[in-house]
Amino acid sequence: MRISHELIERAEAPEALYLVGIPNGGVPLARQIARNLAEIADLEVPVGVLDTTLYRDDLVSSGARPKLRRTEMPSAVDGHVVVLVDDVASTGRTIRAAMDALMDFGRPSAVQVVALVDRGHRELPIKIDYVGKNIATGRTDLVKLRVSGETDAETMEMVLLRGEGGTSA
Amino acid sequence: MMGRGLLGIEDLDRDDIELILDTAQHMKEVGEREVKKVPTLRGRTIINLFFESSTRTRTSFEIAGKRLSADVVNFSPSSSSLSKSESILDTAKTLDAMDPDAVVVRHQVAGVPKRIADVLDAPVINAGDGAHEHPTQALLDLMTVVENKGRVDGLTVTIVGDIAHSRVARSNVYAFTKMGAEVRVAGPPTMMPVEVESLGVKAFTSLREALDGADVVMALRIQRERLSGSMLPSVREYNATFGIDRAKMRFAKDDAIVMHPGPVNRGVELSHDLTDDRPSVILDQVRNGVAMRMAVLYLLAGRKRSRNEEAS
Repeated sequence: MRISHELIERAEAPEALYLVGIPNGGVPLARQIARNLAEIADLEVPVGVLDTTLYRDDLVSSGARPKLRRTEMPSAVDGHVVVLVDDVASTGRTIRAAMDALMDFGRPSAVQVVALVDRGHRELPIKIDYVGKNIATGRTDLVKLRVSGETDAETMEMVLLRGEGGTSA
Repeated sequence: MMGRGLLGIEDLDRDDIELILDTAQHMKEVGEREVKKVPTLRGRTIINLFFESSTRTRTSFEIAGKRLSADVVNFSPSSSSLSKSESILDTAKTLDAMDPDAVVVRHQVAGVPKRIADVLDAPVINAGDGAHEHPTQALLDLMTVVENKGRVDGLTVTIVGDIAHSRVARSNVYAFTKMGAEVRVAGPPTMMPVEVESLGVKAFTSLREALDGADVVMALRIQRERLSGSMLPSVREYNATFGIDRAKMRFAKDDAIVMHPGPVNRGVELSHDLTDDRPSVILDQVRNGVAMRMAVLYLLAGRKRSRNEEAS
């Protein structure tokens, strides 16, 4: 909700906003932000879904290929301020892939990033514009967000598992 | 299992097929974008090794590879200079030394893709070998049926034509039975393989019985050279008995679809109007072919044997 308010306050042209959720965690968040914007400012903001798998830089030469997820961009992004929505931001590689993917759908007037959690460990020069919560983590920690339901992100639970696995986002 | 290469549907299990179908559905979305290209296979090389000419299948693989940003090289040796199997393997090894990430093979003799796969590091994708298999065709046919019918499980699929000499029929028999459809085959007795029912299908020599209650009618291409021989009295007789037209489609379900792997001999396997219009879905099949081949290349290209073994 706070992020939704910030989006409205900082947007020069709120009507040009276009939310794009990055699967899986970013999609219910993007939908929730869209509902919040409708409530706060009576704004109808388009919501897209953009899978970054085909744009990843770590498709190794051996081993199983990651399963693809759906991409749905309801309208052209040209001239819109596209807000990429991810649940947990870390290395910045997913955001980089999402930006490349986005450019194949047109020429947004600007691109911004929302992350509910920023856990640090950036490996690319990417700035998160709107952060829900910064969490200090170790590289091998695993941050899990439990979001209730595919479309309703109203209730969320955050779990930090110390040293349980690799980076999740 | 779909470990290294795709030689036939016979080697796949239901989970493999479902993963490929799911991947192809997402690839289809890429083909519907204004920019129909993703960087996934950038820097990878795919060789189309077609000993038997096939412009359609080769073009489909070529477009699929290019939409994934791979470099696609077409290599079509004339079969006259390559009549011995040794020289085929030599050709394959030569190409392998150029370090491709996948090799797509078509050959008029059954089993050649397998023999090539045995000596290559790169994964081999069978694009049709003799009367053996044509796995990407069967996969794109499955995809087309799922799109049109919402499912495969429980459907009745009737394959009509030269069952004995058709790799499309064989791959589709495996594909549709593995996915839970009831498969029937129909054709003249001379074109029916012996013990075909051991593959889990029902064989018919009466088209009317084979079509009764069918959800999907798949006509196979009749090779013209077979029509002049002892297999069939005449094109006209084949068309009268096994050619699909709107009148014969009345035996099938009202919402049955008609498929054909192409190119259609108009007026032989299918009537003119059925070739062009619903309920035939022939152009859906072609469209899905590109998405399906993108899916197969995505899942396989670059997964080399040597590196795999090192990793495991």
